[in-house]
Amino acid sequence: MIRKAKHKTPRKTKAKVASKTINICHGTSCIEAGSGQLEVAFEAALRHKSLSADVKVRPGRCMGYCHVAPVLTIEPDGVTYGNVKLSDVERIIDKHVIGGKILKDLLVPAEPAYPSLQPLSRAGFFEKQVLIVMRNRGRIDPESIEDYIANDGYQALAKAVSEMEPEQVIDEVKRADLRGRGGAGFPTGLKWEICRRSKTSETKYIVCNADEGDPGAFMDRSLLESDPHAVVEGMILGAYAIGASHGFVYVREEYPIALERIVGAIEAARDYGLLGEGILGSDFSFDISVVRGAGAFVCGEETALMASIEGKDGRPRPRPPFPAERGLWGCPTNINNVETWANVPPIILKGGEWYASIGTAKSKGTKVFSLVGKVKNTGLIEVPMGTTLREIIYDIGGGVLRDRKLKAVQTGGPSGGCIPASLIDLPVDYEELSKAGSIMGSGGLIVMDEDTCMVDVARYFVRFLEEESCGKCTPCREGLTRMRQILDRIVEGKGKKGDIELLEALAKVVKDASLCGLGATAPNPVLSTLKYFRDEYEAHVYRKRCPAKVCKALIVYRVIPEKCTGCQRCVRACPVGAISGPRAQPHNLDQSLCIKCGACYEVCKFDAIAGDAIYVE
Amino acid sequence: MKREDSMRITIDGRRRRAERGQTILEVAREAGIEIPTLCYHEALTPWGACRLCVVETSMGGRTRIVASCVTPAEDGMVVRTDTDRIRDIRKMIITLLLARCPGIEILKSYARQFGIKRIPFEKGSEDCFLCGMCVRACSEIVGVGAIDFAYRGVKTDVEPPFGVTSSACIGCGTCTTICPARTLTLEKVFARRTMHCKKEEIVGRCTICESYYSGV
Repeated sequence: MIRKAKHKTPRKTKAKVASKTINICHGTSCIEAGSGQLEVAFEAALRHKSLSADVKVRPGRCMGYCHVAPVLTIEPDGVTYGNVKLSDVERIIDKHVIGGKILKDLLVPAEPAYPSLQPLSRAGFFEKQVLIVMRNRGRIDPESIEDYIANDGYQALAKAVSEMEPEQVIDEVKRADLRGRGGAGFPTGLKWEICRRSKTSETKYIVCNADEGDPGAFMDRSLLESDPHAVVEGMILGAYAIGASHGFVYVREEYPIALERIVGAIEAARDYGLLGEGILGSDFSFDISVVRGAGAFVCGEETALMASIEGKDGRPRPRPPFPAERGLWGCPTNINNVETWANVPPIILKGGEWYASIGTAKSKGTKVFSLVGKVKNTGLIEVPMGTTLREIIYDIGGGVLRDRKLKAVQTGGPSGGCIPASLIDLPVDYEELSKAGSIMGSGGLIVMDEDTCMVDVARYFVRFLEEESCGKCTPCREGLTRMRQILDRIVEGKGKKGDIELLEALAKVVKDASLCGLGATAPNPVLSTLKYFRDEYEAHVYRKRCPAKVCKALIVYRVIPEKCTGCQRCVRACPVGAISGPRAQPHNLDQSLCIKCGACYEVCKFDAIAGDAIYVE
Repeated sequence: MKREDSMRITIDGRRRRAERGQTILEVAREAGIEIPTLCYHEALTPWGACRLCVVETSMGGRTRIVASCVTPAEDGMVVRTDTDRIRDIRKMIITLLLARCPGIEILKSYARQFGIKRIPFEKGSEDCFLCGMCVRACSEIVGVGAIDFAYRGVKTDVEPPFGVTSSACIGCGTCTTICPARTLTLEKVFARRTMHCKKEEIVGRCTICESYYSGV
């Protein structure tokens, strides 16, 4: 009754509500899904109901739960709603904010029953995650330095500058056993020490490598977008430890929000005296510039990245000399990935031992993954090293999409490898992944179901790398092109005897003899699929059969007359008019016209039994 | 020779002294051990791109495959230049380059030397295998930089900037002399030098009097 009255006269009777904050995620996925409009709508609605003083609406840090974008959390209740539409705004305010009731249909994830209010960390997607890099998830406004500071931000810097010698900072990172998150896993503390001790020149530089280019990976992007100050603070700490005077953030131009926020964060830090001359009253000076990359994948390789910063064309050069000896403009340079930098402040603040207590024997701490592909909950996750693939895919990811059978997981981006479903209990760390023939890479995790053709997958990645090869060294430039040609031939059903062996021989040469990391890891998708799915290659080459029914040249669509009810759905769906037949009679598919687009196969599902009326042979 | 500047390395079982900063290739050549190269030239900065000069090195139990032209010798390093693995790599590299440019003599002679009988790839018709000697010679020796690499990946090419006849080229002909594939040519036509990088005329002409910068 009371609530009803409120509805009628919202202006007169101001609802008594406990003060709440509505955090609306402002990551790329959520912005795309309309979180900006949501924010405006919430503000307007709250004003209308005179609740603006009690209920705050704030743009929040990326939640990583892109699958249900746009996402918002209501604090202090710890309730997370996903797939929120503009039409839900009124409902959320009336029922939840005023009425204190949870809107079950908007809860994420929707599956487990929510008996009562639960903290965010206990929701399925979030339960097994441990947040170090994404520590401010959903809690801060990425564009507010005050928010970052209020959540222990720049405390580590203050501690380092006032209480610690640069060597002590390095020792702390060494004690944490932090390893490079860009993929190779080189010990960060050791890298810093080498650069600090380098005598090549007095001027030293540090670089934040944000040239993330793996298809399906968005870790660095999301970190820069949702917590840019974590990266800035990490870089200042690194500069202090190494003795660097200037830092560069190398970001892709195609990441507009990341660029805007990192530039904004640097400016804000400068205004607060956290960058520039005499940081926090000490005699340590350091500043950061942002360099916009043009989107070449190879520029993620450190020597190519440095060439690009210097204004030269992004081609790798041989190492040694390593950047720690001769980097940017011949000066010692330390390059770390975005995620590595973001790990530094908590290590300094809480101590290396705390950090080293998380993870496995040789891989410490957590790792951020972008969980994508055929998985229910796609998004950005952070888990302790050593978490098994099963936990990642089934507990956090909610399982394979449409409950299909898992076939493989591709880790490490295009130059990573495919790990078969049989190794699902593999603990994810640097050593285990490399033993399985893949790499940690920067953290892409692509889930593949039984409808995936592994030869086609290998071809996709080899083609990507062929296009991104800089063309300097022979094995990568010529070898990848030839590998792609062989793979093209195999998926087109023109594979010849000896092709698999030639592909294998080529892959080994490219891996062994290439100049830089791009070439040296490029054959991984081929080598790992050959290792675990050789039978699929053989089926393509010798029996001209694609077991996953993906390769168009190797499949035939036809109507099964006994099952076809003659509903004409496929007739309407066929873009080339290859299917004909009167209503209620089995249709006819003209093979000479069929372009194998699969549209008929997709639409034929009006009934479970007749679902495969048009089937793939 | 000061003691700290001298190192001991073993190449194909032979113990050699090496100076600090010397590459494996230099030490090997001093020892009379032949390592095939395509993009290496004594007068130019090593480029490390053709990968024909790969060797196997062992240091502290770790075996690596490196390009000998750019890898400095290290004390205690054990180098092997002629293992099965190295031979396979070299054969494949020549096979790949020969598939790209079937007509180039230096590649054909390496193919004969390595016993390559069959090219299992579709043959191309390129006449440049991108060793980059012309590019380095033009910028490092002549100091002009009239030509450079353009595009990337398999489409990489050597061109004057934007593919336009360069006003920087002085027509000295260094690029044509150094080119191991004899792709760059120098012609004497109507008492003036014209240089061609493939079909591109690269020598410059004065924009005012329209005469070529380089004389006869």
